[in-house]
Amino acid sequence: MEAKASNKGRTGLSFKMTPLLLRIIALLGAVLLSGAALLIIGASPLDAFGLILSGAFGSPSRLAYVMTAWVPVLLCSAGLLVTFAAGLWNIGIEGQVVMGAVFATGVMQCLQPVLPPSAVLILAALAGILGGVLWGISAGALRLYGNVNEIFGGLGLNFIAGSLTVYLILGPWKRPGIGSTSGTLPFPPSLWLPAFKGFHVSPVEVLLGLGAMGLIAALLRGTYLGLQFKAVGKNQRSAFLMGVPIGRRMLLAFALCGGLAGLAGWVLIVGTSARHNLFPLISSGYGFLAILVVLLANLSALWSVPISLFFAALAMGSLQLPLQRQLDSSLGGVIQGMLVLSVLITQGLQSRFFRRGGR
Amino acid sequence: MKVELKAIHKYFGPVPANDGVTFSVEPGSLHGLLGENGAGKSTLMKVLSGVLSPDSGEILLDGRPVSFDSPARAVELGVGMLHQDPLDFPPLSVLDNFLLGSPGRWRLDRSGVRHQLLALLAPFDFQFDPDAPVSDLSLGERQQLEIVRLLWLGVRVLILDEPTTVISAQQRAKLFSALRRLTEEGKTVIFVSHKLEEVTSLCNKVTVLSHGKMTGEATMPCPTDRLVQMMFGRSITVRKRSNVDLGGPILEIDHLTVSDWRLEVKDFSLNVSAGEVIGLAGLEGSGQHLVTRVSAGLLRPKAGRIRVAHRDMTGEPYHQFLEAGVIFMPAGRLEEGLIAGMTWTEHVALVERHSPFWIDWPLTARKAARCIREFNIKAKPDTCVEELSGGNQQRTLLALIPPHPRLLLLEHPTRGLDIESTESIWGLLLDWTRSGTAIVFMSSDLDELLDRSDRILVFFGGRVRVLDARQATVEQLGEAIGGQGFK
Repeated sequence: MEAKASNKGRTGLSFKMTPLLLRIIALLGAVLLSGAALLIIGASPLDAFGLILSGAFGSPSRLAYVMTAWVPVLLCSAGLLVTFAAGLWNIGIEGQVVMGAVFATGVMQCLQPVLPPSAVLILAALAGILGGVLWGISAGALRLYGNVNEIFGGLGLNFIAGSLTVYLILGPWKRPGIGSTSGTLPFPPSLWLPAFKGFHVSPVEVLLGLGAMGLIAALLRGTYLGLQFKAVGKNQRSAFLMGVPIGRRMLLAFALCGGLAGLAGWVLIVGTSARHNLFPLISSGYGFLAILVVLLANLSALWSVPISLFFAALAMGSLQLPLQRQLDSSLGGVIQGMLVLSVLITQGLQSRFFRRGGR
Repeated sequence: MKVELKAIHKYFGPVPANDGVTFSVEPGSLHGLLGENGAGKSTLMKVLSGVLSPDSGEILLDGRPVSFDSPARAVELGVGMLHQDPLDFPPLSVLDNFLLGSPGRWRLDRSGVRHQLLALLAPFDFQFDPDAPVSDLSLGERQQLEIVRLLWLGVRVLILDEPTTVISAQQRAKLFSALRRLTEEGKTVIFVSHKLEEVTSLCNKVTVLSHGKMTGEATMPCPTDRLVQMMFGRSITVRKRSNVDLGGPILEIDHLTVSDWRLEVKDFSLNVSAGEVIGLAGLEGSGQHLVTRVSAGLLRPKAGRIRVAHRDMTGEPYHQFLEAGVIFMPAGRLEEGLIAGMTWTEHVALVERHSPFWIDWPLTARKAARCIREFNIKAKPDTCVEELSGGNQQRTLLALIPPHPRLLLLEHPTRGLDIESTESIWGLLLDWTRSGTAIVFMSSDLDELLDRSDRILVFFGGRVRVLDARQATVEQLGEAIGGQGFK
């Protein structure tokens, strides 16, 4: 464990040769295992992998879909880098995404008639951030003042956020006429993020995602605040005695992560390829996916970028499986799970066999 | 049983912890294994007791080559080791701990074993209740239990790894007489220590290790200088207390009452002046820890007042004390002091800020390199602190103290360190007292308390006695720690 931490170095951006090799082995292992799973259900692995690949990158519009799925994962991963650095398991990130979407929807519904669209979009983004921050701080406060482990607090808050959406969709925000779980009334295209013609991706989203990741990387690498997060994560007691205000830092980590997750919730409402309305389970597991991304990237901001893109491509590409071969699209999830498990196993084996001995 | 080790090599990565060590121990002898911290003593003994397997080399018991695949196998062949930290199960009772690890039985014969346990305890004058949970025993008693357990399992070679680090003076005396008794019965005892006086007073023969190699052997008695020469390759001069002129009051404690869940220190008053060194003595947990922690702002007093440099600090939070120049250094270097997984430079950046937001890494690294040189630490700016030896970790903690501290509260500042490290740490501390820093330190080493302090506060069950360190003798201090002279 310690040896691994020290190899990672200050920046968290450097991968040594052996870990990289192990990751390649893990990737091959995952491909082989998923291939075996496909063979068992009687499908051709090569054909299925080909379909996923072409489903993700086969045409500009498919690539656009991948990019729009990529941005929420990227935003959540950036936030999780902060909470993981501070030693916190922010399982509540799904709820923070949902609350971001709820707050954004609320503001858009209220202000839509009175303000110009661009102002509505910006205010909605701020509201989304606020929603995520509130939900994040709630998990942090439960941990800090109520002594509730953030994993359980986060799970509880996820349920509350989910139930709240269903209530809003079927109650106060129901479509004119009958309420339906398919969601609220979609917003008009004036409240969609502007996209390229023919390539349905908004530069705003992608820039937001990559910018957030860059800012977080800089924060963790180059600032006193980032160093304090790391100190709190590695040893709260020592950090406290050195004068780090650990309670405030934990809350701030939750607030930062919640804010970015809330922004992801806003993207899920206004993003180019979004459904442009609030519906149940709007977070679509992107928050949990981001947890896997950050773990696979070994808490490196740089590696989180391609890994989240890969996962987005896998998720979107596997949508082609049911359309073209009557295979279930959850095969994408199977491949994803295999990948995560094989990487975690190689990490576990690495720390078991390559750890440094003490005297 | 005769023990022979031949050309033992053990590597951790590229670093040899044991580099071809050869020595033998005669049956029925009390053999000392002496060396500074990190000399490879513990590694060698872990090899001999089956915890580690050697990379090369041979172990012979009574002339027969053996190899152990586990500590249990070593015990079966008659070699048992008492580790630095007790390896018992605190929630279980003494009897259950005793029974654990007894080989291959389905049915537990509790009453039979109880008698055997009591019979084993009696000759050593060890006394504890077989039904008490182990968590109620002191560390010294847990050690006694482990010794008796190993003997019951049929161990004929007993290895003790730094057994006196955490026990009281009385328990040490009891342990030493028990070890002498064992050798009279024909058992072989290997006593690992970095404390010269213990080895010279206890052992018949001593083997000295340094940097993983054997650097000498001596039959006792042997002049201490020669042993030091073998341990360090040179002799060391011990600097005694410097007579600093005391300044104004730094810490004033007035009729203070402070308590934790099991102990209360009542109506305690103390004045510490600039440049003064106060030693806190007593068995672990007799109240010293309450005084250091309340003076650091980590505990709130129930009654009374605390002033630091004339300022009333009663009830202020910890960071206010920190800003007032009160520095608390806990005993657990990696538990409460340093942050494992972070580098030297990162520690420097944590304790001092040059700009509001961005860290100037090159500047901080230069500053770290300067500190490392000044404090004579074996590290580089990008070394992670957990890779340092105990002495270097302790010096690192001192190096991270902000300039001009008013009051240093130190818990066991030299525990587990060899003479060389201890001297260098006290050298640094005395330099501070000359510029007006007051020091309050806790120690279980009587000589250290007598040599370094101006006054010694002895704690016993929450009560306090004051001794003048310049007048008191080791015997008086030992008796006071044992509870004599308290009203």
